[in-house]
Amino acid sequence: MEAFKKILSKTAPLPLENVDTDQVIPARFLKATTREGFGENLFRDWRFNTDGSVKEDFVLNNVTEATILLAGKNFGCGSSREHAAWAIHDFGFKVVVSSFFADIFKNNALNNGVLPVQVSSEFLQQLFDAVEQNPEQKIAVDLEDQLISIEETSKSESFEINAYKKHCLLNGLDDIDFLISKKKEIEEFENKAIA
Amino acid sequence: MAGKTLFDKIWDAHVVETIKDGPQVVYIDRHLIHEVTSPQAFAGMEKRGASLFRPKQTIATADHNVPTKNQHLPIQDPLSKTQVDKLIENCANHGVELYGLGHPNQGIVHVIGPELGITQPGLTMVCGDSHTSTHGAFGSIAFGIGTSEVEQVFSTQCILQIKPKTMRINVEGELAKGVGAKDIILFIISQISTSGGTGYFVEFAGSAIRNLSMEGRMTVCNMSIEMGARGGMIAPDELTFAYVKGRDFAPPAGGDDWGRKLASWKKLYTDEDAVFDKERNFSAADIGPMITYGTNPSMGVGIDQALPSANGDQSFAKALDYMQFKGGKPILGKEIDFVFIGSCTNSRIEDLREVAFIVKGHQKADNITAWIVPGSKRVEEQAKQEGIDKILEEAGFELREPGCSACLAMNEDKIPAGKYCVSTSNRNFEGRQGPGSRTLLASPATAAVAAITGKITDVRQFLN
Repeated sequence: MEAFKKILSKTAPLPLENVDTDQVIPARFLKATTREGFGENLFRDWRFNTDGSVKEDFVLNNVTEATILLAGKNFGCGSSREHAAWAIHDFGFKVVVSSFFADIFKNNALNNGVLPVQVSSEFLQQLFDAVEQNPEQKIAVDLEDQLISIEETSKSESFEINAYKKHCLLNGLDDIDFLISKKKEIEEFENKAIA
Repeated sequence: MAGKTLFDKIWDAHVVETIKDGPQVVYIDRHLIHEVTSPQAFAGMEKRGASLFRPKQTIATADHNVPTKNQHLPIQDPLSKTQVDKLIENCANHGVELYGLGHPNQGIVHVIGPELGITQPGLTMVCGDSHTSTHGAFGSIAFGIGTSEVEQVFSTQCILQIKPKTMRINVEGELAKGVGAKDIILFIISQISTSGGTGYFVEFAGSAIRNLSMEGRMTVCNMSIEMGARGGMIAPDELTFAYVKGRDFAPPAGGDDWGRKLASWKKLYTDEDAVFDKERNFSAADIGPMITYGTNPSMGVGIDQALPSANGDQSFAKALDYMQFKGGKPILGKEIDFVFIGSCTNSRIEDLREVAFIVKGHQKADNITAWIVPGSKRVEEQAKQEGIDKILEEAGFELREPGCSACLAMNEDKIPAGKYCVSTSNRNFEGRQGPGSRTLLASPATAAVAAITGKITDVRQFLN
């Protein structure tokens, strides 16, 4: 996994609540057997009409070079499909900001080096307002200091992240290698459980 | 010392190690896998040079992406075929038992787990599917995971998790005639919202829950994720033990192992003085037949009520617009196009029996296409033995072969754009049943009645 660096970027604002992972990546695009290429179909049915033509008014069709996705409350609810995190990552996003995340999506994002930043609903509204006023507005995300700020106004808010997960993201470590290093303890647990 | 919750008892017994300020290493007893969320995990494990740590604790089936017609023929869709073939290859290479197409045990992963006795009280179970919460109906800790976590379990039979908080939802009292488990859970979700359970593991309790059949309990736990909860569970009781007894994966009845297991299962309950992080109480008397009208499962109402209005809520207005519904209007009498009876929520034999009971001697309405997709080969066989297939056929329903089918429309079973489908599945998200499709979630009874009348109908009036 790539180590997470400080981010300063434009954002793609999606001010809808309860965005489910079926919207992030519809089920009919889950037939691949590799992790790559899902970005092409990110928000497929919101980005494209059924005839394949582009929906001009959808935010992802109008924003370029944004690595931060701003989303309404309860982002990533529904299906556990990690393909949603893969699609977001593959499209080029490194951070998703919301006032609330669904549990499984949050884990999936973290396991793919995408940082879910949970902010207060007031600060989320400030972010949406700032970007509405100036679509070029840049937002800074500093994982080390656990701080998200609006470049123009310097308004900022700190965010929570589990200390272990933060360490993993900053150093590009993943859970699987960690667990594999614990095999002895796991075998001891098994022996004890059977006894 | 305060007592422990059922959840704490099982969770704590499975913690291998706690990382300081971090998650816990949790041991997983049973791992269920299917064709859609496992290939990248197998590939990742192989790339790392790791091997499957405990293949005997892993069971596979093909369900999400399989056709529900002509399963004996090669799969037509090349991408689906590749994915199912990959599962066959991966299971063969790594020594995993696979109940694939053509196998008498094949079916939806959350139907076959309980049916085969793989699901038992006190276990930890995971699957790369959010409806893994279904298995909590047996008093196990069962939850859905992502593919990276599937790889964790492949490699170490463990998963790194932060312990969720606990919530208890009590439903007391007796349900009215025509009201069932699906109505209970749709009602709870409509009250708690689609995110009200996020961060929690839920125990369902109270007399209305205890009085449910095992199938009904599975329906309730199945939809825990739709209020955001990590999982749902119900304390096991005599009904649970009787259900597990004699099944393929259960210890042989009457043997020493069975006796030991039974004794340990009887300790699986929440202590009287245990404290939950959150508690909610509902009365069964307040619950009528439920139906959803929007694009998330919390947008549900009693079937005889008027739809709520958006009141300036942009997301709510978008949902009503997608469904082409208007706030303040009744939903009763709304004409529909499709009825889908199936999915891990409602495709068990009890669901099929209920549908057969209602449709017997009736015909589906001319405007309706009615699909009924059994949860497993065993359910399908049982339905045939009981003559349910004939009743459905005479009523104009199409009985298909097992799979997830139109619940998520990964295969050919899609609801066309703009069409309304009353569905016994678990999600009414935009396009869930096919691009542009409009889903109304309901119980098998409500779905069956809608198929006969061709419109949204109150099952209580139909039964009178």
